[in-house]
Amino acid sequence: MEQIQCGDTAFILVSAALVLLMTPGLGLFYGGMVRSKNVLGTIMQSLIMISVVSLEWVYLGYSMSFGPDISGFVGDLSFVGLKGVGAAPNPDYAPTIPHMVFMIYQCMFAVITPALMTGTFAERMRFAPFLVFSVLWAVLVYNPICHWVWGAGGWLKAKGVLDFAGGLVVHLSSGAGALAAALVIGKRKGYGKEGFMPHNLPMTLLGTALLWFGWFGFNGGSALAADGIAGVAFTNTHLAGMAGMAMWVLVEWFHRGYPTTLGAASGAIAGLATVTPAAGFVGPNSAILIGLIAGVGCYAAVSSKTKIGLDDSLDVVGIHGLGGVLGTLCLGLFASKAVNPGGADGLFAGNSSFFMTQLFGVGVVLVYAFVVTFILLKLVDAVSRLRLNVEDEVQGLDLSQHSETAYN
Amino acid sequence: MKKIEAIIKPFKLDDVKEALNEIGIAGMTISEVKGYGRQKGHKEIYRGAEYVVDFLPKVKLEIVTEESKAEEVVNTIREAAYTGKIGDGKIFVLPVEEVVRVRTGEKGREAI
Repeated sequence: MEQIQCGDTAFILVSAALVLLMTPGLGLFYGGMVRSKNVLGTIMQSLIMISVVSLEWVYLGYSMSFGPDISGFVGDLSFVGLKGVGAAPNPDYAPTIPHMVFMIYQCMFAVITPALMTGTFAERMRFAPFLVFSVLWAVLVYNPICHWVWGAGGWLKAKGVLDFAGGLVVHLSSGAGALAAALVIGKRKGYGKEGFMPHNLPMTLLGTALLWFGWFGFNGGSALAADGIAGVAFTNTHLAGMAGMAMWVLVEWFHRGYPTTLGAASGAIAGLATVTPAAGFVGPNSAILIGLIAGVGCYAAVSSKTKIGLDDSLDVVGIHGLGGVLGTLCLGLFASKAVNPGGADGLFAGNSSFFMTQLFGVGVVLVYAFVVTFILLKLVDAVSRLRLNVEDEVQGLDLSQHSETAYN
Repeated sequence: MKKIEAIIKPFKLDDVKEALNEIGIAGMTISEVKGYGRQKGHKEIYRGAEYVVDFLPKVKLEIVTEESKAEEVVNTIREAAYTGKIGDGKIFVLPVEEVVRVRTGEKGREAI
């Protein structure tokens, strides 16, 4: 108990609250981009994760993710119901803060990850099977990947794969899952004929602001201490976000003739997502480069989705999936022990094997999340149809699923 | 009596209203409407994708006037709403059978 640092503890508590704020922020970010008949249903798909995934986290998820290791694959059930998770620190993860503080901080990551995925099947999934799918996804996709990458004894961690704040665990897992989900659930009615235009971009911009603000806790807090690494991660988060925003706007200005607000928001989120795995392991100039790469790379991905006919409605694959891949690989290039002695040296510091390790981590998470999500959705669909019937889809999520309308 | 319905560009509403006031037109009803004609729609860009929006915002004015004044009203609207570019709008002239003022029950020309 005596090694608990009050500064660290206070910082992680605040960071946990910041990360929590990202989930309703994400709801607004997505809600503004759908048609007005679907805005409440869309926000709800993010918001309700706070409830169902937190519950799952206490009774299963935390123990599966961070409990004592079983063969590198998953944690055992020692921490179910938060048994033994109290004021004493867990030296495996964060020796200077109470174990319970670490647990609740990680809870917020588990909450937002399935919420990120909802953007891909926006405007067309029934609520009940959505809930079942999300809980199963948290158990079978998030928890194992979280254990592999962050859990003590996790096999990817043991191989040397690094992920500072969730490029693999959060963004690639949800992005790869989103790709599977878009394929399973299919295109929205009217896809390619009607324009699915955002109904309230100011709402999306407000969501962007909340996400960016929360991201300081997401990445900064992942240092698990109020120290120099937290400062590096905090700074890099901001730098990559601003660089992503600048790059996306410049590219679209050149490509389509207009600098759009949705482009600015999308570029910022792309930069923030992409720097996430690298935030505490690279220097500030690398973070800016990562943001610039995210801005142009994610713009290209989002622009090309219509060519392959994928209705990834709100671009989870193109922004979070690709962001997770690019960020994890960029970490393999730009990582520097001079910045963080607890990290690694990347390709540009002469360590090519670390880049290959990161590439391996990307491949494993991508394939696992895609395959398991695909199977899960098929199973849930067989028991209870995922897709709204046509009448409900035309009427919208708000009225058909929740018996409400947003604007009266 | 005639009813004149004019669909004009929204930014021309003030000019049209002032011009009509100058020729003694004391009342009108306006509504914000959407539509398209030869101008077709316009493009909007979201995340690098272009969407064609068919219906453009316009303003519709409705004015009822004496038959003898209808042509002057039409010309006034046309001059005030004119930009010379496609999408300036249209003016329709319709016959009106009867006008009744709700407050007094006056009918016909007296009620306009």
